[in-house]
Amino acid sequence: MTTIIDYGVGNLFSLACSLEKIGEQTELTSDAEKIMKAERIILPGVGAFEDAARKLKESGLDRVLCEKAATGTPILGICLGMQMLFDKSFEFGEHQGLGLIPGNIKPIAPVIGDLKAPQMGWNSLIFPTDKPKHPIFKYVNPGEYVYFVHSYAAMDCDASVTALTEYSALLTAAACHGNVCGTQFHPEKSGNVGLAILRAFTEIPTTQP
Amino acid sequence: MITKRIIPCLDVKDGRVVKGVNFAGLRDVNSPVELAKYYSDNGADELVFYDIAASAAERALFTDILTETAKEVFIPLTVGGGINSLSDFERVLACGADKVSVNTGAIKNPDLIYAAARKYGSQCVVLSADIKRVDGVFRVFAKGGRENTGIEALEWLRRAEQNGAGEIVVNSIDTDGVKQGFDLEMLEQVCNTVNVPVIASGGAGCVQDFVTLFQSVPGVDAGLAASVFHFGEIKIPSLKQSLHEQGIIVRL
Repeated sequence: MTTIIDYGVGNLFSLACSLEKIGEQTELTSDAEKIMKAERIILPGVGAFEDAARKLKESGLDRVLCEKAATGTPILGICLGMQMLFDKSFEFGEHQGLGLIPGNIKPIAPVIGDLKAPQMGWNSLIFPTDKPKHPIFKYVNPGEYVYFVHSYAAMDCDASVTALTEYSALLTAAACHGNVCGTQFHPEKSGNVGLAILRAFTEIPTTQP
Repeated sequence: MITKRIIPCLDVKDGRVVKGVNFAGLRDVNSPVELAKYYSDNGADELVFYDIAASAAERALFTDILTETAKEVFIPLTVGGGINSLSDFERVLACGADKVSVNTGAIKNPDLIYAAARKYGSQCVVLSADIKRVDGVFRVFAKGGRENTGIEALEWLRRAEQNGAGEIVVNSIDTDGVKQGFDLEMLEQVCNTVNVPVIASGGAGCVQDFVTLFQSVPGVDAGLAASVFHFGEIKIPSLKQSLHEQGIIVRL
């Protein structure tokens, strides 16, 4: 079963439906006890970093997620949920993230030339050749397309990057640090490729008995 | 590289997909859920559900259909039609919409875009504008293209972007339903005015119209059409193949 963290940020309907579609049971919750018992966790999120970070902090879920991450449970952040996993974000000021993946969230505008920000639409995945493919991409070939909507991206995180995408510059499409991983794109909106990524995530062995 | 997107639009009334020619003479085409699945499996990059309900009962039927579709279709879904307030945003987002498109609702209440962008994020707020030339000036029309608001269109779009609209659908009333190609002149001017993604709508009749669109107006991000897709006059996989052969980057 996959536990989806419900902290009042974004629409969880599609995510829950896409997991159901691949035969995975889901639980939407903000309950610390349930989260501590979770087999695997997805941290979703859309909108602004500061607002989402505040909601996690106010509910105490920031500490719960960090504690849980330390037990080795597979955690997947999606879009803003992924960004929250990093050290800091520079979206409208400077805000602390969960610090589970080394790196910072910065605007893409300064690095993408005259392309539009947000990057909105389908872009293809590039896998770094100097490291093994991350398990969530087990069923995905280089060059396959996934759906992005973002104005900020993870930077200063070369060691953690598991996939890139080219949008004038090479941007972080996915990253991981140990058992914690994240995708900047929306697997639940990326058709069959996205469903295959979610399936691969649910197949990562969990440490939770 | 990011791809150009192809977007079928499903106008939904009484739980069925319809398409008006110049916004009149509706024809019943197909089941929304089936069509959405078909498109998702056949290369559509995104879907627009347009609610043309006239009563509360029909509106409820629409949200049921939206929910059913969102359970089966895992590409972005935009919903438009009858969006006049934040509670309308809430209603369709809860049923699985990813983006919400406002048109007449933003004309009646200019604060709606700003409020919705603040609450749900710009990525969620699409401004759809029905635009027509009146004495050589682009004007915004309301109520499904029937009423000239007198608003100058480019200024309207610029303001919408400032207020937080994350994407703009330009529907040219002058070319809609005529199947003689997109309104390249209008789209060019819109792309020179705003810096958010622009979706072209109105006028697609054949594959070449999409090729011409993306080659002539590189600032356009997506092409939207309805009846040419629903009646199979253009098949999306072969459309995308043709675009690919012309050097236009698409998701194949």
